[in-house]
Amino acid sequence: MLRWILGSREAQSALEKSSVLCIGEEQPQNCFTELQVLKGHFDIVRFLVQIDDFRCASAGDDGLVLVWNTETGEKLLELRGHSQQITAITTFKCRNALTTQTMLITASSDRSLSLWDPDTGNRVQTIADLHSSVKCLLVLERLCLWLSGGEELCVWNQDFQLQCHQPNPSDTGIIALIELPKNCVAAAMDKEIVIYRLTVPADSVLCLTEMQRLSDHRDQIRALINVNDNMFASGSHVGELILWDAIDWNILAYEHILWEESQSASEIRMGSSKPSEMSIQHLCSNGKLILAAVGSGLYVYSVLTKTVLAYRKVAHDSNVLHTMLLSDSELISCSEDGSVRMWEIQDLPLAAEPASAGFFGMLTFGRSSKHSGPPSKKVLDVSNLKMLELIGDLIGHSGAVQMFVSFKENGLVTCSTDHLLILWKNGERQSHLRSLKLFQKLEENGGL
Amino acid sequence: MIGSPDVVAFTKEDDYGQPNPEPWPPIPEEFSIPLYPLADSNPWAKTSYAKFTKDFILISEFSEQVGPQPLLTIPDEPKVCGTFDLNYFSLRIMSVDYQASFVGHPPGSGYPRLSFVEDSRVVLGDSKEGAFAYVHHLTLYDLEARGFVRPFCMAYISADERKIMLQFQELSLRFSQASECLKAGNRRAFAKELQRKLQDLEYTHSVLQREEGLQREADPQTRYSAHAVEKANELANVEKSIYEHRDLLKQITSYHGRPRRDPHAAMCHKCMSCIGEEGQILTEDEAGEGEMEEDEDGVKRRPSYTPQLIRAKSAKCFDKRLKTLQELCDETFYEASMELLKETERSFRGDLCYLYTRRLDRSLRRKQKVTNFLFEEEVCEDNDEEVTIRPFCPVNHSVELYTLLKPPHIVLAPEPLEDATEPFSEISHTLDSELGLGESHLESSPSDQTLETQDSSEGTKCSYSSGTNMTKQQDQQHNLDSVISEAPDPDSDVTPDHERESSSEDMETTAGDDEGDHTPVSLLEPNGECEETPLEVCESDLLLPIDTACCMSQDGFLYEDLAADTADESDHNSKIQPPQTLVVNQEPQALHLLQDHYTVGSLSESPAAGLVLPVGQHADSVSHVSVEEGSDCTMSTSTGSDRAHSPFGYGAVVTLRQRRKAGQGALRFVRQYPFAIQALWCLLSGRTLVVLGEDEGRVRKLVAALALFVPGPGKSAERIQAWMSCPFSLSDIYRWKLIGLQRVSSPMGSSLLYSLSRYSRYISILDIDQKTLRCPPYHGQLLSNIADHRTSIRRGSSYFLHLQSVLCRLAAKAFLLTFTHHLHLPVSLEEGPEVVKGRRLCFLQEQLGLDEDDNEILLYLSQLITRQYLQPPSESTAPPCFSFKYTTSDLYKI
Repeated sequence: MLRWILGSREAQSALEKSSVLCIGEEQPQNCFTELQVLKGHFDIVRFLVQIDDFRCASAGDDGLVLVWNTETGEKLLELRGHSQQITAITTFKCRNALTTQTMLITASSDRSLSLWDPDTGNRVQTIADLHSSVKCLLVLERLCLWLSGGEELCVWNQDFQLQCHQPNPSDTGIIALIELPKNCVAAAMDKEIVIYRLTVPADSVLCLTEMQRLSDHRDQIRALINVNDNMFASGSHVGELILWDAIDWNILAYEHILWEESQSASEIRMGSSKPSEMSIQHLCSNGKLILAAVGSGLYVYSVLTKTVLAYRKVAHDSNVLHTMLLSDSELISCSEDGSVRMWEIQDLPLAAEPASAGFFGMLTFGRSSKHSGPPSKKVLDVSNLKMLELIGDLIGHSGAVQMFVSFKENGLVTCSTDHLLILWKNGERQSHLRSLKLFQKLEENGGL
Repeated sequence: MIGSPDVVAFTKEDDYGQPNPEPWPPIPEEFSIPLYPLADSNPWAKTSYAKFTKDFILISEFSEQVGPQPLLTIPDEPKVCGTFDLNYFSLRIMSVDYQASFVGHPPGSGYPRLSFVEDSRVVLGDSKEGAFAYVHHLTLYDLEARGFVRPFCMAYISADERKIMLQFQELSLRFSQASECLKAGNRRAFAKELQRKLQDLEYTHSVLQREEGLQREADPQTRYSAHAVEKANELANVEKSIYEHRDLLKQITSYHGRPRRDPHAAMCHKCMSCIGEEGQILTEDEAGEGEMEEDEDGVKRRPSYTPQLIRAKSAKCFDKRLKTLQELCDETFYEASMELLKETERSFRGDLCYLYTRRLDRSLRRKQKVTNFLFEEEVCEDNDEEVTIRPFCPVNHSVELYTLLKPPHIVLAPEPLEDATEPFSEISHTLDSELGLGESHLESSPSDQTLETQDSSEGTKCSYSSGTNMTKQQDQQHNLDSVISEAPDPDSDVTPDHERESSSEDMETTAGDDEGDHTPVSLLEPNGECEETPLEVCESDLLLPIDTACCMSQDGFLYEDLAADTADESDHNSKIQPPQTLVVNQEPQALHLLQDHYTVGSLSESPAAGLVLPVGQHADSVSHVSVEEGSDCTMSTSTGSDRAHSPFGYGAVVTLRQRRKAGQGALRFVRQYPFAIQALWCLLSGRTLVVLGEDEGRVRKLVAALALFVPGPGKSAERIQAWMSCPFSLSDIYRWKLIGLQRVSSPMGSSLLYSLSRYSRYISILDIDQKTLRCPPYHGQLLSNIADHRTSIRRGSSYFLHLQSVLCRLAAKAFLLTFTHHLHLPVSLEEGPEVVKGRRLCFLQEQLGLDEDDNEILLYLSQLITRQYLQPPSESTAPPCFSFKYTTSDLYKI
């Protein structure tokens, strides 16, 4: 594409080599034909949370939290207060006698926690001088409690009062928290998942009891998500994906994702390959499918059949940072390469499976990662395997796209290391909306 | 004295005595093809025997020493008047007896009285010389002159008498302005001179008294000696002189308080108070005019003058040197009036047809506020002729007050029928009534042009003059007409903001002139801060210059009468008029509502006086390109320096001349590149075009040329970046629609190329070194007539005009598309979006006859109009939207 500008250029980038991924400029299925660049941050923007149908908040390394109107692209509020980078942000529904109000909880490296009102911009509550900075937040809406995880696990109530805390559960600290049935929470720390149960004994002081430690991962856990009411999933740095029972905490399935250069390569060699290539960076699920971002590839796992549904070893030029399942067949991923890509899970055309695309071991619990011969595996998989087809990409950021939030038909917000947010919209829909507004204004003004 | 000059030749030899029996012609005769072409088919041949080529302004004086003499011409070049005998013509124009009323001692009055002579306006012609002139006589005061007055005249000399006759009113208006300015400066200078003279006299008086006293002491006996009597007489003379001069000063000071008959004599209030102040300081007893405040500086300055002894005998009349015009007027005032006259000369350049069409064009364009931003240069930029004639105030007041006066329109047809009013008002009127906006003022105001022109068309053998002869009634009508003819369009009320937004084109030389305009004095302290006070008068959308009423009580009454008249007459037409209400918004926030919709934040938001752009005056002059000038820029694009010819960038307002020059570049581009049509399509359909090249000059020139095709480029071409040499980001692409980019071979160049390829889906790239264009293919027909490389158009200005008409038609189509309800919204509930979309496509294809690719142009233009209508960029806080399409690009080569 560049060569006509440069004259002759020999070297072609890796991107150009994989011709499948170069979708080109004609993207009929890509409906994002309008964009707005939202400026306001001064450093990497790492987090986006949706507040309601038309608002979202962004937070990043500059310690700022900005509230945006995603319909107009206007910046509604600047929430200033944190002196260092934001490490976690979540919405919190405050229930009063009459109304339920959505608030924002932020955690920062300055070892403080704050509660914000996104309607007024007020800092409603703040807790400073924690022992350590908080890395993850979990809101238990049913119990009107919320948890903060870092080097210690704390439970707070709606009024920011500490209910109980569990000091120093591990060296590395908690990196992820999820809610489980029966008042349980799962916390991922290093290679283990620890299950805690929240109980209120007779003296009516909340207490946190450790129920079980699940230490089946062989490397650091990177992602921990709820799949549905009965299952949760975790992914590790070396590409292990484990599906757990949410009630009795047993392993339901164990998947070791092994990208491989060629079928003949030995397992030892795979082990020695760069672990980041198969690190599970991010997991997401819609209850039926689990989408794992593995290195720069994508991997779709069906919970129902407990098999791999589709995969793409090189989905991006660089590590995938965030993914989302839009529906059972559509998904979006964003990556360090600065692009957002939209994929569709399509049925394979017959005999069109790329021969050397990848390789994975399907193992039941307890089995070692040694697997039987590839040919048989392949035959097994081909029956169910579908194709992950690129249907569009969004190029706009000049740095890694950290995260995105989808507002369904109202658009998509992406945030990036280039300090920008981009609001992607369906141009046709926007133009229709504007026409509506135009005639409304015409009517109000009584003509031109 | 020479007898009365030629009567204006309404009666030429050929058509003498033939009253035109035809009714009002639908097309002015200039535009119709003569049935029997004359031997000399040159339509301008009639005037070709004039000894000068261009119209010019001549200022002459009737000197009491040497008689009539020319002083200066505007423009001040010898070639302007050619072999035309200025001396002779001065003689003619100054020989008109212009009611120089008596000066000196009127019977029953002890002191000489100053005559406040109104100006007179005369049209006269010299058929032998082929010259016709609007002559404006005025008198200036000079203490040393006979009767204290010096007669002057300013004449607009043209070879075309119709031009003068038909634009008599505007000429009169403009010259009155200049005259008022000169006279104001003169009064100032006169008052100063009087004060000095008084000081001299008082000093002489005291010296004489002392001498007398000494003499008496020394020898009381010699009281009746001849010498003593002489001294006493001298003393008495001096005393008398002092009284006379005091009286003169009093008279000149009370000048502005007297009633004025001249409707054009609009004055800056502040200036008048300055003049009043001059007098007041000396004549302490005149404390009646409390509105003026003390000028500290003025008080301190005065003692610096050392009084001199006055000789009893003055010099012989013919020995003394008379003051020049410049000396007679205060320097700043003189400069200002010269500026006004130059401006007048500029605005009347060109043929009458040209002036007519230009004005027609403007008045029509003002109706299309919604789409003007697309391709037209700002309409308000050149509307100074129509709306911003203001009393020129050369002094830097902190608050500048001026009156908006609206000059009458040109009338082309010399003999309007009874029911026919001026063509312009007619047009605007009909348009307005179609829109249901206009109230029928026009029927109610019999055009005074009718009155005047009919007068003169009778062919009486005397020069006719207005002004002094006009009755007050006529004056009123005159004003009424000029107000009304502009007023019907409610959108074009000229509010101060609007005025200021129209910005640098209108800005005059002095700083702060654009501030605080149109402010009612009664609401604002003279020294108040530059708070703008928009003034809206809701009297059937009729904008009345209320501030004038505040400035001058007399005129105020006049205007009130006028309003009442209008109301009365409207009642006659059985239209219910709301009572006149005056809405004055003083909140600063209210200003935003009135801000011009098409301005850009940077220019408009800052109210600081420092924002007066120095380019204003220049740009102003440039925007009044005459026909002759339009053609002389054919080749200049190639010869001029690069920087100078690339005006596109921040800050500078793109002027018409620059656009014309760009027309040449665009024509060359179209002829040079076979793929020009694709490039133009990209620009028109909203795809950012990057012009890539090594040579800055070439890139800038091409960008300037292509800028003509950028829809909605912004007032100062904000959507265009003529030259950049760093890698660009997404925000650059959507900020700019046309980018000139430097091709560099350094390592930075590769990152630049990387950014080009990364964002290649959003841009088209025109490489002027390798002569390639990479953009989506275009198969439409719409642009083929502006991008035909075999076009027979040879001149840039012709191409520019051709382009303007094509783009104008496009804008009209886009307007239709945007505001047609059923093309965007379902007609019934059952209809889905698909049906609406189909209908829209059907409209584009069948009604407008467009291809698919051409649709994109219209849809883009329509989007722009929609956005502009919903939220002008200056008001919006949200970031702008950037729309694009995912289509493949092709590479075009020569």
